[in-house]
Amino acid sequence: MADPMGHHEQYALHVNGHTLEVRDAWLGESLLYVLRERLGLMGSKGACEQGECGSCSVTVDGRLVCSCLVLAATAVGQQIVTIEGVAPVGSPSDVQQAFVDAGAVQCGFCTPGLIMAAHSLLERSPEPTEMEIREELSGNICRCTGYGRIIDAVQRVAVSRRDGGAR
Amino acid sequence: MSVIVPLTLHDALQALAEAPDATLLAGGTDLMVELNAGHRQVTDVVSLSRVADLCTWQHDPVRQVLTLGAGITYAEIATEPIAQWVPALAQAARTVGSPQIRNAATIGGNLGTCSPAGDGLPVLSALEAVVHLRSATGSRDLPFDEFMVGPKRTARLPGELITGVSVPVLDGWQGYSKVGVRNAMVIATASVALVTDPAARRVRLALGSVGPVILRCPEAEAAAATAVDFHAASVSDSAVEHFAELARAAARPIDDHRSTAAYRRHAVGVLAGRLLRKAFPNG
Ligand SMILES: Cc1cc2nc3c(=O)[nH]c(=O)nc-3n(C[C@H](O)[C@H](O)[C@H](O)COP(=O)(O)OP(=O)(O)OC[C@H]3O[C@@H](n4cnc5c(N)ncnc54)[C@H](O)[C@@H]3O)c2cc1C
Repeated sequence: MADPMGHHEQYALHVNGHTLEVRDAWLGESLLYVLRERLGLMGSKGACEQGECGSCSVTVDGRLVCSCLVLAATAVGQQIVTIEGVAPVGSPSDVQQAFVDAGAVQCGFCTPGLIMAAHSLLERSPEPTEMEIREELSGNICRCTGYGRIIDAVQRVAVSRRDGGAR
Repeated sequence: MSVIVPLTLHDALQALAEAPDATLLAGGTDLMVELNAGHRQVTDVVSLSRVADLCTWQHDPVRQVLTLGAGITYAEIATEPIAQWVPALAQAARTVGSPQIRNAATIGGNLGTCSPAGDGLPVLSALEAVVHLRSATGSRDLPFDEFMVGPKRTARLPGELITGVSVPVLDGWQGYSKVGVRNAMVIATASVALVTDPAARRVRLALGSVGPVILRCPEAEAAAATAVDFHAASVSDSAVEHFAELARAAARPIDDHRSTAAYRRHAVGVLAGRLLRKAFPNG
């Protein structure tokens, strides 16, 4: 049958507000692979490739998902936001700044995924309880920090947004 | 390889009719894991995640039936309004993976994979859910217990897709409990769903991860139905213990990399007993 969205070995993805051409790709590639290897967006990290570690988290049409579990060619026409789309280089988002201030970044490998997850959490729940933060970040594994400072960072953002801080 | 992303059920069925052996892809949380690891080869993929007709639900307040489209995610099931109609399914949904997984994982995908450890499945079994299947040429409805025919084996035929699943909306208490090695992101070592139906004076019990399919426990259900007082919400301690014993007896667990048969048998007894006590808190 005719392919209504015209997917062949060449397709385009909307990433961080830009339309990017993907050429000569195998259609079985994950979105994570395409972002990193075809589009040069190295912010999303690949570790487990099975949805367990969260380091590849992105949003697709506003939904936080593991990009390793999205078949890239099915995301044609959807709005993809990666860590590179969160804030311009040099002017971090409030969540990114809070991670730095709270000492929530050590080796940094899990950080992009956690920033994506923290932004997603705070959009849905501006003043999360500690339990909620732990639950909502449970899809992101960090082997350095022990999570305490990450939770602290999220709470700092919640407080500063409530008190009228800039985003 | 081809990837087709239909937007309507009609187009999805048409695509499947032309390639009956095409691989259906929903949230990808089972399939992409296999694809990334090279454990599964695919040639034609029909993606269902943007078929609007599959991503809806209907609640019929007269018949008290809830129909979930196959594309409804665990994140949606875990929240209102769906959660209020099927609390045990919402509880099961909350235990699935992580937020990222629940945002993508669908009930249709859980049915499509049909692992004995699938968290939605014991609840669907206890609710006596009906699975809706459709092809380009017809449709049929199967009770869940006939749909699941073995570990990761279903009665779905080539050319068919799961359009959704219907469950009754019941008045009584219902719950789901799962044992695993940690809280988040864990496959069930053993799981139990208990559903009470006060109008029919029935208690329904289903076990997960302790057999090749989800197991119903007719002996335990019959014993509970006579032992409980629906009006007073009460049941005796000895009846709870007997119920747990019958649940253990119904289990057909195996030893594998996740646990031992003996532990699993013990665990379903503990969970079944606890759930019955929660349903009927008075002694
Ligand atoms: C990190 C991680 C954690 C997980 N944790 C849990 C957990 O705690 N509990 C649990 O139960 N599961 C868990 N899973 C497994 C998985 O998330 C569930 O089984 C989920 O419901 C699968 O849905 P999906 O939409 O992602 O399916 P997909 O991966 O898209 O598809 C799964 C299978 O179903 C078939 N299929 C999908 N939709 C249809 C349809 N409409 N008609 C016919 N066939 C169809 C596909 O062809 C495929 O064979 C986990 C997975 C990951 C990666």
